[in-house]
Amino acid sequence: MSERKNKEVLSGVHFWQGDTACAEGAIAAGCRFFAGYPITPASEIAEHMAKRLPEVGGIYVQMEDEIASISAVIGASWGGLKSMTATSGPGFSLMQENIGYACMTETPCVIVDVQRAGPSTGQATKAAQGDIMQARWGTHGDHEVIVLSPNSPQEMFDLTVKAFNLSEIYRVPVIILSDEIVGHMWEKVRVPSPEEIEVYNRRKPSHIGEPIFGGVGEVGVPPMPRIGDGFNLLITGSTHNEYGYRKTVDPEVHRRLVTRIVNKIRENADKIIDVETQNIEDADIGVISYGCTSRSVYDAVILAEKEGITVGHVRLRTIWPFPEKVVKEVAERVDFILVPEMNLGQLVYEVERVVGCEARVKAISKIGGGEMITPEEILSEMRKLLGR
Amino acid sequence: MSRTEILIVGIGGMGVVLAGRILARAAAIYEEKEVVQTQSYGAEARGTAARSEIIISSEKINYPRVRKCDILVAMSQEGLEKYLPYLKEDGVLIYEKHLVKKVSVSEKLRILSVPAIEIAEKKVGSRLVANIVIISATVGFTKIISEKSLKMAIVDIIPEPMRKINLKAVEEGIKFLREILNQNS
Repeated sequence: MSERKNKEVLSGVHFWQGDTACAEGAIAAGCRFFAGYPITPASEIAEHMAKRLPEVGGIYVQMEDEIASISAVIGASWGGLKSMTATSGPGFSLMQENIGYACMTETPCVIVDVQRAGPSTGQATKAAQGDIMQARWGTHGDHEVIVLSPNSPQEMFDLTVKAFNLSEIYRVPVIILSDEIVGHMWEKVRVPSPEEIEVYNRRKPSHIGEPIFGGVGEVGVPPMPRIGDGFNLLITGSTHNEYGYRKTVDPEVHRRLVTRIVNKIRENADKIIDVETQNIEDADIGVISYGCTSRSVYDAVILAEKEGITVGHVRLRTIWPFPEKVVKEVAERVDFILVPEMNLGQLVYEVERVVGCEARVKAISKIGGGEMITPEEILSEMRKLLGR
Repeated sequence: MSRTEILIVGIGGMGVVLAGRILARAAAIYEEKEVVQTQSYGAEARGTAARSEIIISSEKINYPRVRKCDILVAMSQEGLEKYLPYLKEDGVLIYEKHLVKKVSVSEKLRILSVPAIEIAEKKVGSRLVANIVIISATVGFTKIISEKSLKMAIVDIIPEPMRKINLKAVEEGIKFLREILNQNS
């Protein structure tokens, strides 16, 4: 193995915080461009990238703000580099317009949001899970993005690799929705050997003149050249035809483009969605969880088992597109579904929509001071609902 | 299953989070335990309450926060008062002698008072390493990890030129503990 290869993938067992693991996952996936603006609790990602990217021939730029950061990331992606930025709620809000631009121009890129308590500056050093709906609907217009939710430093590594792969395969922005607890949590992380890490790269056009914004059916992903490959590139956030020409009044072109960029995710949802399940075949009660809160649910499942309660737990590694099928499956088997989240109710509404009348859905909400929902609090809700 | 939960509390700027990180790394990498470390601090660079939480276990750790701790290391009066209720009845309390003025606790606790700032200033030459002095005394007193693992983690984490005085702080922390134990025996 070359010395360069050794520096790209730091195979072995490390004791890392989530933010470091995220940066290393990005480098292992082939990320060679990072533009960002420091913000608690995501600053360590930028700090680590600043140190590591030059070692692997990559570029790190500290920008003047978050709007510039996402802009640079989109530009770098068209320059042919896998690119990423990392921020928290306030910066994520600033990035929203250009996340829409990345959706419309089908630009692969990864955005990390290490969530803290908002709105606004809120409690800058304290964890929250309040950006669930912003990640889904923060930018305007019809669009689909992919949102992943790690619950450990190990998954900050693994899901960052996955984020780059999905982003390259579907030419879509992928958001890693972490939180202060997972981002600043120190744990062992096993980095596999380079051969064990699957890395996907965007499909390139076979010839100059091939359409790069369509011409691939209703759910397809067109190939993507880079600036300098010899194409006369027209890249615009305005509605465009398959060759990139602006078509700002033609209803059919708009329908075709926007429907395709939505359906390329919706129709491939089964391939994209990644969930972890416990006991869903034979459950007395259901719990849908994600991020740091899922770690409380694991312990609640153990505590409940001691009392003879079988908990069907669905832990979402993919939040968007929403894993409807598995949630429906659980709902058909239980009377109650709990949704613990460190917000005043966000994903619970999506669960309610999917579950309908099949089961009663109840939120467990907690905000402030970065305090986690404890296993005991989840157990206590279960007892109440089951009348024990 | 063996599981030890540790809280280190103090004020931002003392190195409470760093001390936790060193302990956690030593247990995870050099003693091959399952370890999770989390922290809490304010938005200001120094002066607000800071806390480091470490769980060391022989098995996988799910919920990452400390609920009832086995060991409480207090480097401020406020920290001691706030977190004493979280210490198990038969737990270990270790506090900085000059920063914690008032201690009223149950008799079942094992208690150690460490003049960490004084040792750091007079014997090591910098009060910056009071955090290392107190966790070294903690390691000697509770045997949660070995002195050797502690030193190896410091070598990993603390770059030169500060490495040397941090290692010296370990020596002095352990030496202080030996002297105390000899006096009592």
